[in-house]
Amino acid sequence: MTSFLGTDTIIEITYLIATALFILSLKWMSSPTTARHGVWAGEVGMLLAILGTLLNRGIVDYKWVAIALVLGTIIGVPLGKVQMTAVPQRTALSHAFGALCVTLVGTAEFYLRAPNVPKFMMSVLAMEVILGSLTFTGSLMAAGKLQEILPQRPITFKGQNIVNLGMMAVAVGLAAILVMHPDRIYLFPAILAIPLLFGVMMIIPIGGADMPTVISLLNSYAGLSAAAMGFVLNSKLLIVAGALDGASGLILSVNMSKAMNRSFSNVLFGAFGQEQATAKGGKEERPVRSATPEEAAGILAVASKVVIVPGYGMAVAQAQHKVRELYDNLTKRGIDVKFGIHPVAGRMPGHMNVLLAEADIPYDKLLDMDEINGDFPQTDVALIIGANDVTNPAARTDSASPIFGMPILDVDKARTVMVIKRSMGAGFAGIENPLYYLDKTLMLFGDAKSFVGSIVRELSGGGSHG
Amino acid sequence: MTMKMDLITSLYVFMLAAFIGLEVIRRVSPLLHTPLMSLTNALDAIAVVGAIILAGEHKSTLSTVLGTIAIVAATSNVVGGFLITDRMLKMFKASAKPKP
Repeated sequence: MTSFLGTDTIIEITYLIATALFILSLKWMSSPTTARHGVWAGEVGMLLAILGTLLNRGIVDYKWVAIALVLGTIIGVPLGKVQMTAVPQRTALSHAFGALCVTLVGTAEFYLRAPNVPKFMMSVLAMEVILGSLTFTGSLMAAGKLQEILPQRPITFKGQNIVNLGMMAVAVGLAAILVMHPDRIYLFPAILAIPLLFGVMMIIPIGGADMPTVISLLNSYAGLSAAAMGFVLNSKLLIVAGALDGASGLILSVNMSKAMNRSFSNVLFGAFGQEQATAKGGKEERPVRSATPEEAAGILAVASKVVIVPGYGMAVAQAQHKVRELYDNLTKRGIDVKFGIHPVAGRMPGHMNVLLAEADIPYDKLLDMDEINGDFPQTDVALIIGANDVTNPAARTDSASPIFGMPILDVDKARTVMVIKRSMGAGFAGIENPLYYLDKTLMLFGDAKSFVGSIVRELSGGGSHG
Repeated sequence: MTMKMDLITSLYVFMLAAFIGLEVIRRVSPLLHTPLMSLTNALDAIAVVGAIILAGEHKSTLSTVLGTIAIVAATSNVVGGFLITDRMLKMFKASAKPKP
């Protein structure tokens, strides 16, 4: 034992302070005005904990630690500087790195302790490496799909779910045998390899539209595996950090699946995109009304309240800066302009807000679906840019629709609806949108960026109306 | 016996932290869900402390090699995670107050 203020006590105190700072860090994220304090609290906590750890007397060789810290920093800096549209794949990649760290530490701990591993220790160790390794490959796959290195289309085959669940059952079964007989060291590689394969298989059938849910779920797994590592190393700090991360991922995944009106099992085993594309073959040949930028500008100029509904298509077309110009122009005319944002707009939770904030649109104009929906009946123009399924009134009215029950933005309650769209093609889910055939709807066909640009030019006096 | 007590204490810590996490994170505005995820990711990389001890203790070649790689992975999350979170949060600005 050490004296009252021995090194061990000092280390434990740095961990205690770091734990408190981590909780404060998340608490300060509750509002954009305090959020940056949250980052500082997190950074100070992290620095304290790392410095405290370096005092550990068990450390005999600092060479590799130092090299690894420098190398990690060199890799980390460019990952902190990616473009805002690439944040989802960066996030998936960092889930993979976190899970990799946890899995490697778990593996090393097993081989250091085997064959004398107590039952509870072996259970958490198995949980650590199983969750860690499936999160590692799963997140790499998700990052690959988001970066469009891998096909985004879901790949399905017959009996897929049975194969996947069977694999997981085998991994858990082998882990149980290891818990009872920790001397069967040869079983360990299997509880690494099977979840690694499972991670790949789990993401293969998942389409682009489900990415926000899947990223959140992987976030939760990454947190839980880190908490399990905390149990193995008896580190309360790590348990707390892992539990916070796990809770955060859980809340976000519940939010996302609610916003799509789907259960977790449906996201993971449903292979969304493909089914519907084939389910609704019959195309409607009804007339739509279309308008030119000039006409659209004319209607916007006489409106008093406009709600812009952006979807990921807006970001793909890189139209957010033109949208900002439109926002400025309309606001200067005294028109009330707000943005209505569906929880699954963008490719991860909150992504659309970041893209609009980057274009300098004030955050108090960015309203959540629940906040904005009451406003639509008093709205003169709802302008939809690159969004589709989240505005589909069939989700409210047509019980036969595959998206029936999904909460949507009630744009059809606005006096006029304008939709900027490339063509009449269907959205992610391959579903017809009856909104486009309403009498109050004007279709603005074209590329989002150039169309919004033309509207802005008309409004700024370039048009014949002067 | 002490080890069993450690595990029980750890379970308490986990349970309390999970409740705190659910309560605190429920209050985070949906506006900030993307920076929230990158921040929790950076905090989660506190796993680096386990990796540092593992690599530094030098108990076996395997543990040193795995520990070193683990430090690299976790450190890149710490650095990249905090950097991008701060970059995103810097962009969130309130509307300018109307001039009198």
